[in-house]
Amino acid sequence: MRIENRAKTVAAGSARRSIPDHRSSIRLDTTAEDHHIAKMAAVALGLTVLENAIPSPLPGVKPGLANIVTLIVLARFGWRAAAWVSLLRVVAGSLLFGNFLAPGFFLSLSGAVCSLAVLALSMHFPQRWFGAVTDSILAAFAHIAGQMAVVYLWLIPHSGIAYLIPIFATAALVFGTVNGLIAARFMDNTQNHPLPLEGEG
Amino acid sequence: MPFHSHIKPGDYLTLLGGVAFTIWVTVAVWSGGIADTALIRSGGKVFKEVPLSRDQQIEVPGPLGVSIITIEKRRARISSDPSPRQYCVRQGWLQQAGEIAICLPNEVSVELTGGEKKYDSLNY
Repeated sequence: MRIENRAKTVAAGSARRSIPDHRSSIRLDTTAEDHHIAKMAAVALGLTVLENAIPSPLPGVKPGLANIVTLIVLARFGWRAAAWVSLLRVVAGSLLFGNFLAPGFFLSLSGAVCSLAVLALSMHFPQRWFGAVTDSILAAFAHIAGQMAVVYLWLIPHSGIAYLIPIFATAALVFGTVNGLIAARFMDNTQNHPLPLEGEG
Repeated sequence: MPFHSHIKPGDYLTLLGGVAFTIWVTVAVWSGGIADTALIRSGGKVFKEVPLSRDQQIEVPGPLGVSIITIEKRRARISSDPSPRQYCVRQGWLQQAGEIAICLPNEVSVELTGGEKKYDSLNY
């Protein structure tokens, strides 16, 4: 969704005959890509909810299954779409779990932003040699780096949290690899016969 | 479109790098500095500073009674203390620089210090 879309919203809304014209409502003129991003974000959101049902041995250690969606979107539709999906998932997820603007939200956000920054670089690695697993591992490390930065700079400004880094690094390595493999396998499977996830928009 | 796997050769390289990085971080963070001195405090004041190189037992008087600190094989522990809950005794051997055992009721503590003090919970 581009900003200028909002500007032409009202005009477009009243011009469209097919849409019931509620004068009081504002209609956003959405593109097929918007719909697609929304769908992907919804899938990611579903995975987030699913993952919250899994008990975690340590607070903060989560598989990050939603990132599988981000990886697939990145590989297929580019960084911009992946960023939308990832950030929408963070914001919508926080609304869903009721921690919007709470510390947990900022942890998710910083992790997502750092991951996206690293993905912006890693996606330019030669495609022939590096795939989703590389992206996933690097993004997972960036994710914990971002989170640890927020924890240290804001929540627990104590060098003692450094003791936790090995645990988080191990989790990032394991889950980063697993998520990357799932994403790669998924793309293998859908290469020749696209699944609905590939949808027409 | 010819079928080819989305797992690329370079991915193994990344995985290997990730493993190496994780191991390095773990070693760097979890193997604290080498301790060479035990700093014994009583009532907030430094009671004695002893090297870990010599095995010995030190009796430290506090308001509740005498705490006994044992130094053995470059390690230190509080082996006996009059405090009711015995937290500091149950903490066991201290080995790395920055580790500390505190007997709060008896106001006795032993802290290991080394060439480089990395994490000090009293510093912040």
